[in-house]
Amino acid sequence: MLGNLAYDIAHLLGGGVLLISFMLLYQRRLAAVINAFAMQGVLVALAAAWQGIAQGEPGLFLTAAIAFAAKAVAIPLALRLVLKRLDLEGSAEPALGIGATMIGGVMLVALAILVVLPATAGAHALAREDLALALSVVLLGMLMMISRRNAIAQVIGLMGVENGLLLAAIGAAGMPLVVELSTAALVLMLAVVAAVIALLMRERLQSLDTQALHRHRGEQG
Amino acid sequence: MPLPWAIVFFPWLGALVLAAIPNGRLAARVNIGVSAVSLVLALTAFGEPAGLSGWTHLDALNLPLLAVGFVVGLTTAVYSAATLDAEGLDALGARAYHAAFQIFMGAQALALLADNLGVMWVAIEIATIATVLMVAIHRTPAAIEAAWKFFILCGVGIALALFGTILLYVAAQPVLGEAGLSWQALNGAAAQMDAGLLNLAFVFLLVGYGTKSGLVPLHSWLPDAHAEGPTAISAVLSGLLLNAAMHAVLRGKSIIGGNPDTLATGPFMIALGLASALLASLALWRRADARRLFAWSSIEHMGLAALAFGIGGAATLAGLLHMLGHSLIKSAIFFGVGQASILKGSQKMAAIGGLIASHPGLGWGLALAIAGIAGLPPFLLFVSEFGLVAEAMATNPWLALPLGIALLTAAAALVSALQSLCLGAPTPDVQGARTTVAATLPLWLHLGLAVWLALAMPAFLASLLRDAAGLIR
Repeated sequence: MLGNLAYDIAHLLGGGVLLISFMLLYQRRLAAVINAFAMQGVLVALAAAWQGIAQGEPGLFLTAAIAFAAKAVAIPLALRLVLKRLDLEGSAEPALGIGATMIGGVMLVALAILVVLPATAGAHALAREDLALALSVVLLGMLMMISRRNAIAQVIGLMGVENGLLLAAIGAAGMPLVVELSTAALVLMLAVVAAVIALLMRERLQSLDTQALHRHRGEQG
Repeated sequence: MPLPWAIVFFPWLGALVLAAIPNGRLAARVNIGVSAVSLVLALTAFGEPAGLSGWTHLDALNLPLLAVGFVVGLTTAVYSAATLDAEGLDALGARAYHAAFQIFMGAQALALLADNLGVMWVAIEIATIATVLMVAIHRTPAAIEAAWKFFILCGVGIALALFGTILLYVAAQPVLGEAGLSWQALNGAAAQMDAGLLNLAFVFLLVGYGTKSGLVPLHSWLPDAHAEGPTAISAVLSGLLLNAAMHAVLRGKSIIGGNPDTLATGPFMIALGLASALLASLALWRRADARRLFAWSSIEHMGLAALAFGIGGAATLAGLLHMLGHSLIKSAIFFGVGQASILKGSQKMAAIGGLIASHPGLGWGLALAIAGIAGLPPFLLFVSEFGLVAEAMATNPWLALPLGIALLTAAAALVSALQSLCLGAPTPDVQGARTTVAATLPLWLHLGLAVWLALAMPAFLASLLRDAAGLIR
């Protein structure tokens, strides 16, 4: 019933999520990475709520509320508290130059579009373009994971991947279990966040740099 | 409550009870009890008619995997109880460990039984979280590194698998509507779905669940995770988790294979499987750590299984036998290696030697198990590898060379490991450490099962496996 407007707004929000994925890629400071991630959380929650209206699916409001509470509020707050408590002024420790990362990001988005659009010629336009956006967000999240050595930045990359999944799931009209699946995926993210916080709090490792962990691989000696 | 639900919920109920028991030794015994009852439940499922009950289903493919899973679960619980003191867990650690073990058992059963692909995904995720906890339980820097890598790589893997699942739904939605995540519905209606979307979905499912089953290129969590945590965990990781993930790949493969317009799924599986087997067969050389060595061997065997499913035809049956045989023999090896590393106070290859001379029961058991995993007769993996090679030669002769190289390189590496671990002059034991019957018995039991299934598989099981091979398209 909402016709074009529904389509346009869904696109706008999806595009916003993708834009923030790029913003995540060029932040050098951890605090800025966390802020950008919180913004992405807000947009994903809005996108879920909008799909709830457009599809007349009340369950999606629950998804939106949970996503907002966790990704826009709780997780960024917890990470910022940890940074402050441990007095970590950390940089995001890029393992790859920012310029190279951005070029890689653009290429990944092109790849996502090239892969999804021809493959989905049968599906209708919204689903196709939603999928292309979602896959781009997933790939950019993975790029962030490999281009950052810092544990927190890697976890945020993983959560970026999860935002892409949520975008795909809410765009698939009438998907059963969408609330349960998105919540389950979120639980996994919460577990990873809890793990990284526990790791930092133990202070066995002086730095957040995951390179420091590699020394402990069981193969030495 | 339908039986499949009971098979899932009973271990989870057990986990609740175990989390409440402060006494580690008592908990270990209760853990054995829970595992034994679960095994009985799983075996009763053979008598149930195949079919749907709610979100779960029973069919020829998941029944044998389920049974082997709970057999390994029970023997692992026995082994774990016998070696609990040596693992040196504190009271809280022991509670967390036993509870996580049963959560894992329930989750892997759910992953096998789920008809709804969303539920299957959630089950694999729960199994992941439970195993991360167990891998990290000793909290040494090496354990933390292993758990971190496990978490991050498997997080990416299961995220990709979820994306694949969503794509399957998008493909199915115009045909099936709201029923679009049920495996049986998807499998039946695959021919009417959009082939392009199905292709895309398969790639994500294969790479996603392939990560969890240790296939290249996201395999590197596996050796680390197997080297840390109590040894019992390595046994269930290799024996159960890898199978559950491979089973998920097979479910996806058979949906995509049901549509005549999709790309052939075989070559993808052949490529990943062959790459995994070749890489692992080279990595098996010069390992310093015994548990990492056998973890690499798991990568090799999952690669061989994927290769078998990729070739298809008669090789599919070989692939299923390979999964079952690998579960039994690899967990037996971890029981042996675990006990040896308790005796010697280290899991380094250099510290373990001459087991046959000093501890014949353990030494011979471990030697036979290593021979079994290297693919020597009379164990089940010989049967499956023979079937795989024969079918590969018949259908894709060019595969013979790389496959032969992988098999021979791996077998040679394993035989040289056998020599250094079991033969020769014994290395010194830790003061006061000794082998116990309860810790050695599971090893021999698994060897017995692997020989029995190779030489005299019961007719009903053989026909069940043939039906299962028929389900995979």
